[in-house]
Amino acid sequence: MFTLPALTSDITVSVNSGAKLTESVRRPIEPVGKFFLHHAQRTLRNHTWSEFEKLQAEKNVKTVDESNVDPDELLFDDELADETLLTHDPRDWKSADLYAAMGLSKLRFKASDAQIIKAHRKQVLKHHPDKISASGGLNQDGFFKIIQKAFETLTDSTKRSQYDSCDFEADVLPPKKGDSYDFFESWGPVFESEARFSKKTPIPTLGNLETEKKEVEQFYAFWNRFDSWRTFEFLDEDVPDDSSNRDHKRYIEKKNKAARDKKKTADNSRLVKLVERAMSEDPRIKLFKEQEKKEKEQRKWEREAGARAEAEAKAKAEVEAKAKAEADASAAANAKADKKKAKEAAKAAKKKNKRAIRSSAKDADYFGDADKAATIDEQLGLIVDTLDDEQMVEVADKIKADASATKQVLQDIAKTMSEGGKLPASLLSYFL
Amino acid sequence: MSSPVIGISFGNTSSSIAYINPKNDVDVIANPDGERSIPSVLSYVGDDEYHGGQALQQLVRNPKNTIINFRDFIGLPYSQCDITRCESGAPAVEVDGKVGFVISRGEGKEETLTVDEVISRHLKQLKLAAEDYIGSTISQTVLSLPTNFTAEQKSALSAAAAKVGLEIVQFINEPSAALLAHVEQFPFKNDVNVVVADFGGLRSDAAVIAIRGGIFTILATEHDNTLGGNDLDNELVEYFAKDFEKKNKSNPRTNARSIAKLRANASITKKTLSNATSATISIDSLADGFDYHASINRMRFELVTNKVFARFSSFIEKVIAKAELDPLDINAVLLSGGVAFTPKLSSNLEFLFPESVEILGPQNAESSNYPNELSASGAALQAGLASIYDEDEMKEALQPIVINTPHLKKAIGLAGANGEFFPVLMAETSYPVKKSIKLKEASGDLLISVYEGEHHIEEKTLEPAPKEENDEDSEEWSDDEPEVVREKHYTLSTKLMDLGIKDVKKGVEVTFQLTKDAKLRVSVKDLKSGNIVKGEL
Repeated sequence: MFTLPALTSDITVSVNSGAKLTESVRRPIEPVGKFFLHHAQRTLRNHTWSEFEKLQAEKNVKTVDESNVDPDELLFDDELADETLLTHDPRDWKSADLYAAMGLSKLRFKASDAQIIKAHRKQVLKHHPDKISASGGLNQDGFFKIIQKAFETLTDSTKRSQYDSCDFEADVLPPKKGDSYDFFESWGPVFESEARFSKKTPIPTLGNLETEKKEVEQFYAFWNRFDSWRTFEFLDEDVPDDSSNRDHKRYIEKKNKAARDKKKTADNSRLVKLVERAMSEDPRIKLFKEQEKKEKEQRKWEREAGARAEAEAKAKAEVEAKAKAEADASAAANAKADKKKAKEAAKAAKKKNKRAIRSSAKDADYFGDADKAATIDEQLGLIVDTLDDEQMVEVADKIKADASATKQVLQDIAKTMSEGGKLPASLLSYFL
Repeated sequence: MSSPVIGISFGNTSSSIAYINPKNDVDVIANPDGERSIPSVLSYVGDDEYHGGQALQQLVRNPKNTIINFRDFIGLPYSQCDITRCESGAPAVEVDGKVGFVISRGEGKEETLTVDEVISRHLKQLKLAAEDYIGSTISQTVLSLPTNFTAEQKSALSAAAAKVGLEIVQFINEPSAALLAHVEQFPFKNDVNVVVADFGGLRSDAAVIAIRGGIFTILATEHDNTLGGNDLDNELVEYFAKDFEKKNKSNPRTNARSIAKLRANASITKKTLSNATSATISIDSLADGFDYHASINRMRFELVTNKVFARFSSFIEKVIAKAELDPLDINAVLLSGGVAFTPKLSSNLEFLFPESVEILGPQNAESSNYPNELSASGAALQAGLASIYDEDEMKEALQPIVINTPHLKKAIGLAGANGEFFPVLMAETSYPVKKSIKLKEASGDLLISVYEGEHHIEEKTLEPAPKEENDEDSEEWSDDEPEVVREKHYTLSTKLMDLGIKDVKKGVEVTFQLTKDAKLRVSVKDLKSGNIVKGEL
């Protein structure tokens, strides 16, 4: 193999600009083949290499899409999946991987009948003993026999279902416990492979993290009540064909049946465990449980809402009543105080008015009759005592308004009194 | 689907037709008689026209009305034609300065056919056979011809084809066609030089073709109009004639009919010997009422025809010399044409050439089993391309500006760790070109120095190993001649540029790009990190 020399000095790019390529020769190239046409396209359209490569890449994509290759062919194995099959003993064909022998190791139980026929044809063309001996191979038809057995088995629906039941290669194992893995990525294929044994269709899918609760529940309900057609007849020990020993034959048959039943039970319990485990690890189930818990709390909270409101109303009413009582009490106290005040004020005003009226004569120097001062005071006292509240205010106001008219005011009131019969005129001699 | 374009290989002795079938495979079309290699023979009996194998049988009973070996006469004046090759069939006469044939059509009527007319009728028969097989009308074809056909001959052929409603979209060279068909099936991994040797019935053609990035360049061609499968027949006829004379005291060579019978059967015997180690020949009433029956094995046949095989070998050597190359420069010899079936041809060449030369005959697992169909298959492949590209595009592609390209005189490549030269762009690479190599193991700091390289042939003489004194048996067998070993070596010539790339983890890709004005761009890409270093000269 060609190796490059190591870099000894620090060179990135050093072009020997003086150097020239040896003069070229012009020759015609042969105008044949696709490479020439590519060259022609580049030359005529002045494409650079990178442009051209891009165009070609686009074109290639198209041709792949449009190519009329049988889509089934792409699903078949290009070469034998298991080389040891070639030397497998054909008498022991049951232990061979029949799908691999047919070149269907990728499809397995998914292979359709048409695909099986096609694949068989392809394998026969390749592995027919005539073909092998023609190309100088050894004349061994062991593998061909296995292919024929595989074809026989896979094209008969009963035999195929029996074989598929025991095709453990197609089983997808669940992820190991304790490993960290994506639940849907690792369990999806497990359920997909198990689903092939379902008697019921349609089969619900595992879904993803966003799947509705109802669907998830349906999914696990389906798997908990899984109805499997899996049988284990394929693994039966061959029942001897000869009729010479009937007892032995019956014994073998009985043994086979027991073994089948045992396997079936084991398989069922395996599935139950599998589903149980998946359920316990399903992040959605955990999510749903949490949600449920929250909802429960919410509901409880709601249920208690009536009582709470009552209590609140009661408390409110109490507070209100209390506040009202307080307000009433204070209002009453205020009113009392006001009344007292008014009374006192009125008393004080009355007193003041009385005093003002009493002292009015004195203030007016007894109207010039100072000698009769005692009489005036005595008579004025009588008037004041007799005056009711209204008259008193009236008189006081009048006197206040005009001090000079005091005598007249007093005379008027004395007259009113005597005429009213409240006081005898004799006692009011001075003012009458 | 529109009607497909078919490919026709038109030979002097036989023709083949092929097309790309809807499954994208090349199908060589058989005529209604089941012949995939259809003899280029026309024969007339009364009003009836016979073609192919049926006409060939008429060569014994009705030679005067059976036209053979007519292809090479197209477009040539009578004086330049070698009419002796038609001697055993209808005689060639001069018609309007060209070759023609006079055919009797019964009851004293005569018809004069020019060679153009004969070719038209032949092509028509081929067209009918193809239409029968494909089931749709055919109007376009790609025709393969020897490299030395002139433009006049080509236009005459076009005219003859147009007459029967066949448009020839492209003429391609037979060696290129054969190589194209071979490469399609068994692609070469690298750029190679191939000798394509086409040994037909009447003539031999060889070409040295350089394949560079899938593009073919013819470096030299060689033609021999006197060498072909018929010479093998002649030797065999002579051998059988002698044998017959010895047995029956009667000379079959004096009678044209006897010769024709003998030739037809000898040809069959020759073909049988390509597949079996012995064959029989039996002819009723060969001459003077004597029957002839004989068997011949392959060894005898090879001895009888030894001289002709020697000529085949030297013919190939000649074309290599003409291309100024050494047998060591040749990577493979592709054999095509009917003669290629004979195992002796391959084994002779294997003996002649160094081991590095691969002989691609039908015996080689890496080549087609039907060398006589190669050229038709190649024509069909080209026809398939012609049907994909539109007409204008094809026409433009055939312009000289596209076809004539500069070719490198010397190889350009890299200097290796031990100062050796590693060619990337080989000599005779047509450019513009882009080529990249991946060195997956390279790592560390690397120097990429680009050189022009020169090569020379080194001859070494290996002394035979010293004999053991006591071993007497070996003396008889040992070859006293010293063995000469020839090897091809490259040396560094002009340094063009140095590129340095550092810290390569795993693998580099070196891309050489040579533009049409001879600018060399080299870029080195670190496959892991994607670092690129570029240089331009």
